[in-house]
Amino acid sequence: MDKKKMNPASKKAFMNYGLVAVFFVVFQVLLSTKNISSSLAGQLVPMVAYMIMAVSLNLVVGISGELSLGHAGFMSVGAFSAVILEAALTSGMDPSSFNKNTGLKIAVLVAAVVCGAIMAAIAGFLIGIPVLRLKGDYLAIVTLAFGEIIKNLLYCLYVYIDDSGLHFSLDPSSVTGTTVLNGPMGALGVKKISSFAAGIVLLFIILIVIQNLVNSRSGRAIMAIRDNRIAAEASGLHITKYKLMAFVTSAACAGTAGALYALNYSTIVPKKFDFNTSILVLVFVVLGGIGNMTGSLIAAAILTVLPELLRQFQDYRMLVYAIVLILVMLLTNNKKFKDLISNLFKKKKAGEEVQK
Amino acid sequence: MSRDTEKRSGIVEVSGKTIVPERDKDRPLVLEAMHLGIDFGGLTAVDEFNIGVGATEIMGLIGPNGAGKTTVFNLLTKVYQPTRGTILLNGKDTQGMTPASVNEAGIARTFQNIRLFDKLTVEENVKIGLHNHIGYGMFTGMFRLPKYFKEEKKAHEKALELLDIFDMAGEADVRADSLPYGAQRRLEIVRALATGPKILLLDEPAAGMNPSETEELMKNIEKIRDRFGIAVMLIEHDMKLVMGICETIAVLNFGKIIAKGTPSEIQNDPGVIEAYLGTKKEG
Amino acid sequence: MLTYLINGISLGSVYAIIALGYTMVYGIAKMLNFAHGDVIMVGGYAAYCAMAYLGWPPAAAVVFSIAVCTMLGIVIERLAYKPLREATSLAVLITAIGVSYFLQNAALLIWSSNPKIFPNIFASMPPLKIGDAQISAVTIVTICANIIIMIALTLFTGKTKMGKAMRAVSEDKGAATLMGINVNFTISMTFAIGSGLAAIAGVLLCTAYPNLVPTTGAMPGIKAFVAAVFGGIGSIPGAMIGGILLGVIEIVARALVPAVPSDIFVFAVLIIVLLIKPDGLLGRKISEKV
Repeated sequence: MDKKKMNPASKKAFMNYGLVAVFFVVFQVLLSTKNISSSLAGQLVPMVAYMIMAVSLNLVVGISGELSLGHAGFMSVGAFSAVILEAALTSGMDPSSFNKNTGLKIAVLVAAVVCGAIMAAIAGFLIGIPVLRLKGDYLAIVTLAFGEIIKNLLYCLYVYIDDSGLHFSLDPSSVTGTTVLNGPMGALGVKKISSFAAGIVLLFIILIVIQNLVNSRSGRAIMAIRDNRIAAEASGLHITKYKLMAFVTSAACAGTAGALYALNYSTIVPKKFDFNTSILVLVFVVLGGIGNMTGSLIAAAILTVLPELLRQFQDYRMLVYAIVLILVMLLTNNKKFKDLISNLFKKKKAGEEVQK
Repeated sequence: MSRDTEKRSGIVEVSGKTIVPERDKDRPLVLEAMHLGIDFGGLTAVDEFNIGVGATEIMGLIGPNGAGKTTVFNLLTKVYQPTRGTILLNGKDTQGMTPASVNEAGIARTFQNIRLFDKLTVEENVKIGLHNHIGYGMFTGMFRLPKYFKEEKKAHEKALELLDIFDMAGEADVRADSLPYGAQRRLEIVRALATGPKILLLDEPAAGMNPSETEELMKNIEKIRDRFGIAVMLIEHDMKLVMGICETIAVLNFGKIIAKGTPSEIQNDPGVIEAYLGTKKEG
Repeated sequence: MLTYLINGISLGSVYAIIALGYTMVYGIAKMLNFAHGDVIMVGGYAAYCAMAYLGWPPAAAVVFSIAVCTMLGIVIERLAYKPLREATSLAVLITAIGVSYFLQNAALLIWSSNPKIFPNIFASMPPLKIGDAQISAVTIVTICANIIIMIALTLFTGKTKMGKAMRAVSEDKGAATLMGINVNFTISMTFAIGSGLAAIAGVLLCTAYPNLVPTTGAMPGIKAFVAAVFGGIGSIPGAMIGGILLGVIEIVARALVPAVPSDIFVFAVLIIVLLIKPDGLLGRKISEKV
C-alpha cells in the first residue's frame, strides 16, 4: 500500500485478526497447561462456531441492514450437509485407523466444511431471491418462516447408507443399513473431527472474507443500499444483486459454522438450530453493536460461556440472563446514559490532548 | 445581471417547438420527453409533458409548489413508471428501464430532500457514484487480488479530483451526515456527477444555501457543464439562480407545461406571471 | 372433512385472538412484541392457579386471568418498552425477546417444567353433533368468543373515543399529541387490551390442549405473529382472517399429509402470500416519498 497511514477500516480489520490470535493463544495455553475446566474446554468449538455465526449475521443485519430471524436455518443446512458428506466419505472405513490418520481427518473436515458452506450458500440463494424483495418486518418474518421450514424438513428427512450407496427418504420405514440422519432424532454416530484450532482457522478465513468484502467496492454498495436505497438506485446500483450478495455470503459463513459445530458432537438434532438459536445469534450481534465485527466476536465469545460461568446461579441463570439482556438494552438506548459515557470519553480524550 | 448576455449563446429552434442553445443545434437532443404523463389513482399528476434538452443545455424547470416538478424528475429517472408517453435518452427509448439502468444509460440526479449515504464517508459516497466505473468484482474484493489495489487507487484519485470541483477534497474522510447542509447538497451533486451522466438533474440545488453559496453554486454548475460537456436540468425556486444560469426554462403548473422559452421570454409571459411570478413581480 | 374444517377454524380462532393483540400493538407501537406469546402462557397459569389452588369457579378464574394479563401487559410496556420509544426497532425487538425469556424462566422457577393438566372448563356442556361430525364445546365457545371479540373490537376502534385515539396514535404520534391525545396512556391501553385478549386465548388454548408448560405460549405466539403478518400487520380484520386461515391450513394439512410436519405448510403459505401481496392480505401499502 502506498498510503502512509492505514485507513480506519483496515485498522479495525487488523485489530480483529489480532483479537482472534490472542484469543487462540490464551485458550491454547490454558488447554495445554490443563488450566481449564473440562466443561469450558468442551465449549470452545461451539464458542468459535457462534463467533462465526455472529460475524456472518452481522453482515446481513449490520452491513446490509436487513433483519434476519432464521439464520440458524443456514447453520442447520451446513451442519447436516457436512454430517452427511462425512458419513458418505468415511463409510466402510475402520474407525480406529481413521482416528489415527490426522491427514485424512483434516481432508474429510475440509471437504465437509466446504460442502456445508456451499449447500448453505445455495439455500441462501434460493431463499434470498424471494425474501429480499420484501422490506423490514415482513422480510424478518419470512426469514423466520424459512428457518422453521428448514427445521421441519429435516424432521422428516431420513438418510441412510446401504450396499448400494447413500439414500435420502421421507419414509422412516424404508431405512436400511447404516442410519446417517434419523428424522427428528437427527444425526447419529458423527465422527468428531472438528477441533478448536480448525475452528480458529475457519474464523480467520471468514473474518478475512467478510471484512475484505465490506471494505471493497461491493461492500460499499451494500452499505449504500442500507443507508439510502433510493439514492443507491439512482447512482446505478442494482439493489437485488448486492442484497443477495450479502445474504448468500452470510449464509455460506453460517453453513461453515454449522459444519464446524456439528462435527464436534457425536449426535446432533435439527431442533438445535431452531428459532431460539437464530435469536441467540441476533442477541450477540445487537449486544456487540450493529455493524461492529469486534463487538460481535466478543459478545459471542462471552455469552456462549456465560451460562457456564453462571453455574452457581443454577436455575436462576437464564432468568439473570434475561434481566441482563433487558437492562443492557435499556441502558444502551438511554440518552442520559449515552451522554454520560460519551462525556467520560470526551474528558479522557481532552486529558490526552492536554498531555500531548 | 451582466453575466446573462455574455455567457449564454443564442437560443435557436431545432424542430417543432423545441429550442436549444445555438452551440447544440447540430447535435442530437440528449433527452426528449414526449406526451409524458402519470396518474396516481384517479389523479393526473403530470400530463402532456413535452421537452427536448440540448446536449450541453442548462434548462430550468420551475413552477409553484405542487406543480409536479419533482414528479417529472421521478418519471425521467424511473422512480415512477410513466402512465403514458415516451422518454428518449440520446434517442433511445428508456421504457422498461429501472432507476439503476437509467442511471447507467446516462441520467444522474440529486434529491430535494438530501439523500446521502449517511454512514459512509464523503469519499465513499463519491465512490458509490463511480461504482460502475470501478473494474473489479466480488471475489477480487474478498481476496484482495492485485487488481483490487490498482482499481481502488484509481477510484480514490478520481473521487478526490471530483470533490475538488467543490473544494471538498479536504473533507474526504468525514462522515457524510456530519457535513453542513450546503456541503451535503454539493456532495450529492459530486456523487451524481461521478456516475458519468450525459444529463444531470438537480432538484432544488440551492435550497438552504446562503446568497454567497448560491453564487458559488451557479459558477460551479456552469463549470460542470463546460468541463464535462453535459446537459443540466434543474428545479429551483431561487429565481436569481434560474434566471442567472438557465438558457431555457419550462414552467409547470398543475402538471402541465404552461410556457417554454428563454429567461426573458418567461419573465414577460403573461400566463406565467399570472400563475407563478405574479405575486413577486414588483421586485 | 367438516370436523377438520371446524377444528381448524377453532384453532384458527385462538390464533386470531392472539394475532389481534400482535396487530394492535404493532399498529400503535410499531414493534414486534415477541413476549406476547408468553403472556398467553401466564394467562393459562393464572387461570389454572385460580381453579386448582384457590378452587374458584371457571368464570371467576377467567376474569382473574384477564386481570393478571392486563396488568402484566401494562407493567411490561411501562418498564421495558416505554423507555425505548425513540430507540431502533431492533433494540425494542431484542428487549421484547428479553421479556419473553424472563417470563418463560420465571414461570419455570414458579411452576417447574412438569406439565400442569388444565381442567376442561366446558366439561358440563355437551358436544354438538352435525351428521357424523362431533364438535366439542371448547370448539364452539372458541369460535363464538372469536366472533364476539372481533365485533367488539371493530366497534371499539370505530366508535369510542379511546378507539379513535388509538387509530390516531398509530397514524401519527406527533400529530396525535398535538390534538391533545395522551399518547402514553393510549399505548398502555393498547397493551392492556392486547394482553387481556391473550389471557382469553390462553384459557381457550389450554382447554383445547391441556398440557400447560412454561413454553406453551412460544409456538402459538409465533404462529399468531405469522397470522398477523399474513393478514396484513396492523389490520384487525386481517389478523382475524389470517388467524383462521392459518388454523385451517394447519389442521387440514396435518390430516391430509401426516408424514410431513404441518408447520411446513403454514410457513410456506405465508411466504407465498407475501410474495404475491408483500403487505399481507389486507395490509396497506406504504411507499416512501421521493
